[in-house]
Amino acid sequence: MEHKSKYPVSHVVGFLFSLILTFVAVFVALKMNVSYTIVMWIIGSLAIIQAGLQLFMFMHVTEGEDGKTNVINMAYAVFVAIVIVAGSIWVLTSGHAAH
Amino acid sequence: MGIKWNEMLVGGDPLLVGSQIAIVLTVVAIVVGLTYFKKWGWLWREWLTTVDHKKIGIMYILSGVLMFFRGGMDGLLMKAQTARPEMSFLDAQHYNEIFTTHGVIMILFMAMPFLIGLMNVVVPLQIGARDVAFPQLNALSFWLFFSGAMLFNISFVVGGSPDAGWTSYFPLAGKEFSPGIGNNYYAIALQIAGLGTLMTGINFIVTILKMRAPGMTLMKMPMFTWTTFITSIIIVAAFPIFTVALALMTFDRLYGTHFFTLSSGGSDMLWANLFWLWGHPEVYIVILPAFGIFSEVIATFSRKTLFGYTSMVISIVGIAFLSMIVWVHHFYTMDAGPAVNSFFSITTMLIAVPTGVKIFNWLFTMRKGRIQFTTAMLWALAFVPNFVIGGVTGVMLAMAAADFQYHNTLFLVAHFHYVLIPGVVFAVFAGLYYWWPKMFGFMLNEKLGKYHFWLFTIGFNVTFMPMFFLGLKGAVRRAYTYSAESGFAPLFLVSAIGSIILAVGFAVFCYNIYWSFRYAKRNVSHDPWDARTLEWMTASPVQFYNFAVVPEVKQLDAFWHMKKRGEKLTLKESDIKKIHMPSNSGLPFYMAVVFGITGFFLVFEAHIAAAVAAIGIVVGLIIRSFDYNDGYYVSVDEIKETERTWRTVEGGTENHVG
Amino acid sequence: MSANVNHSLPLEYQTEQNRLNILGFWIFIGAEIVLFATLFAVYGVLGHRYAGGPTPSDIFKLNDVLIETLLLLTSSFTCGLAVFFMRQRNMKQLLVWFVITLLLGAGFLFMEIREFIHYVHEGATMQTSAFLSSFFVLLGTHGAHVTFGIIWAIMLIIQLLQRGLTPVTARKMFIISLYWHFLDVVWIFIFTFVYLKGMVG
Repeated sequence: MEHKSKYPVSHVVGFLFSLILTFVAVFVALKMNVSYTIVMWIIGSLAIIQAGLQLFMFMHVTEGEDGKTNVINMAYAVFVAIVIVAGSIWVLTSGHAAH
Repeated sequence: MGIKWNEMLVGGDPLLVGSQIAIVLTVVAIVVGLTYFKKWGWLWREWLTTVDHKKIGIMYILSGVLMFFRGGMDGLLMKAQTARPEMSFLDAQHYNEIFTTHGVIMILFMAMPFLIGLMNVVVPLQIGARDVAFPQLNALSFWLFFSGAMLFNISFVVGGSPDAGWTSYFPLAGKEFSPGIGNNYYAIALQIAGLGTLMTGINFIVTILKMRAPGMTLMKMPMFTWTTFITSIIIVAAFPIFTVALALMTFDRLYGTHFFTLSSGGSDMLWANLFWLWGHPEVYIVILPAFGIFSEVIATFSRKTLFGYTSMVISIVGIAFLSMIVWVHHFYTMDAGPAVNSFFSITTMLIAVPTGVKIFNWLFTMRKGRIQFTTAMLWALAFVPNFVIGGVTGVMLAMAAADFQYHNTLFLVAHFHYVLIPGVVFAVFAGLYYWWPKMFGFMLNEKLGKYHFWLFTIGFNVTFMPMFFLGLKGAVRRAYTYSAESGFAPLFLVSAIGSIILAVGFAVFCYNIYWSFRYAKRNVSHDPWDARTLEWMTASPVQFYNFAVVPEVKQLDAFWHMKKRGEKLTLKESDIKKIHMPSNSGLPFYMAVVFGITGFFLVFEAHIAAAVAAIGIVVGLIIRSFDYNDGYYVSVDEIKETERTWRTVEGGTENHVG
Repeated sequence: MSANVNHSLPLEYQTEQNRLNILGFWIFIGAEIVLFATLFAVYGVLGHRYAGGPTPSDIFKLNDVLIETLLLLTSSFTCGLAVFFMRQRNMKQLLVWFVITLLLGAGFLFMEIREFIHYVHEGATMQTSAFLSSFFVLLGTHGAHVTFGIIWAIMLIIQLLQRGLTPVTARKMFIISLYWHFLDVVWIFIFTFVYLKGMVG
């Protein structure tokens, strides 16, 4: 459960971090002079961190008697999501199929 | 967009005109009958608005039987057409439509409702719950499924059937090559039914996680509950993919986008990829509950605890993971290159391992058991060897290099019928014979059941075994005829004869339902099979609130051990408390109607009419949001009254069969 | 359902039915993750198939996208504040922050629709190329979710005003906050893998 604090500390911190991450991503993507692959890795990681922030600091995924269930649920959903995205791109853009 | 409303009714073919007349007559007969016997109120109160999981389950099962008829008819027509070379019973177009609807109906509107029906009836009882977690959502699931099924089924007389195969591959299924509206039915009807299935998945996950009887830890759950749980997880993981795929298909066909088209950068194989990302898990969605049914039936009639319970659980969890990473084996011939094909070959072969573990577990459960050859058990016994044939040919198909030979031949068709018929249909029959008394308070006739069993299994093998050999000889699937010189004729004829035996077997089953409904003994015990799990603690048929007092579970096969410990079914009346029950609601039925109407207009590309009808959906959601109906309480007196009735009438609890 | 109220927990967790609903909604979010993942997969496969039509760098405008991002991000924050004040049983603050959330959401929608109209005027429609088909459907699905969320939230505000804070209204408020945060999560990935990616390449 949430602390009984009077001020929404975790929300403010989460929001500030989200803002910072967003602007860093913009900066990396548009202003830094590095290769496309490196940019994608950096901004992809930043997106994942920011999604995690939302999940833990705003949505309180671990909260309540079903916290553990929720974490497993999210982990499995992310696994399936990665399979779908990475799998589809791999299958449809590699080998003879792409040409 | 060029749909001519005066061509809405499909005409010409005498088979179709006959069906149209038959449909009209049936509808008129139902309406007249309901009015004459003054049953409209009863129908509305007891069935259309019910939120009782048992009644919803029964409605699913009835729909399954109905759809089995429709799908079976399609199958018989195909078998008749290919019985002799160069027959002209059906033309190519009609044959295309029939194999398309056969596939869709058998998987989505026969196998699914049968299994979801049994899940609905049994799972809350097995875990000692009063209902599912969201009873009204459950009713909505059913009605959306039913709405989708009906929309799909009217296609063959109104507007034309889909005809691009149950997989509806692009570019064939696209507007360019299938300009009619048949494939709109596919995209939209399956979408509506799929929404219902997704909600069922969520509902059962929460039910099983949160509503188990005190003491029933996860590892003390009956196996059917376990498989339902894992199936529900796969539903939630896989059905959204299908939702998207069908939506994109709809966009391509109705709004001219380029997802799967050949022009403007679309990718036809993207459809195949998405379809099977859902389609392969779908196979496990239908097979896992079936495994659960066999586990219950085999344990009960071998009079032993299920062998290797833990390994069974690990296997089904493993299958849930692996089922998501094998989909490419359906289109090896796309040739995504050696790395892709090797990867999916290996994962596909891997999935045979947990399945093999389960087969051995069932065999070891039977070992040294005192096996009772009831009809339910016969189905389970026949399942093992027949399913192994299906499984082994599956491993043959799993090898990517070899698959280039098998692909799209009747060998493949024989393989998946050997998996799905013993795996799913046998399980459904086993489950129906086994749980029938819980649903209706009488048993199905065992003797007729055995006729049903033998005719069906023999007919099944005679129908599909020849198709392996036809496939190896090069007969392709989905071809409406073949030449006399091909040499296929004798095996095709054998297969056609087999399909008649199969159909007779099913007819015996229907007769059995009719016979038992009229003549079977009514005061059947609450536990006629001397079974092991909690559902057998309740009356037959089950009282509407399920359990007067929720039992406490100490170990696996809880009820069996209660009986062993000599705990009779005595109920301390002082333990009874008032029970909270959900109220009936007409909203799910209303939602099904507006979804059906919206879908129908979309099929005919009447966009404005569809948008207007869709307002009805939003209105339904808003009404639901403001609905604070909190259910009602069953009084202690009423519970006492009900419990006394069934506990005294049955003449004790030892009234076992066999 | 009103039985077994546990007063030591926050309102939305107090009854068993509430806990069922909240868990059910989390599982629904799992399904939504899969749904959007499929749309991202489609975009990943088709996103560079321009078919001679406009490319991302032709049409995307950083300023508009940044404004949309900030609107949605802030709305996610204010939605969190609304739930924070709900847990302090502060109805007034709850309503204030929740209404701000909605206004920000509506602002986001306005910007997005304006952006779409702009694209269409530039000849970049859903029918132009596979890239634009997958772009519009991915973004459109997200936008439809936001629209649905706004309608849903208005219904909820009416119920909060009618009934005050009860376990049922608190649960509904909590669930819609999960939904709203989730839409922001989806937007983060759209922002990164659609807009930024398009403007880098």
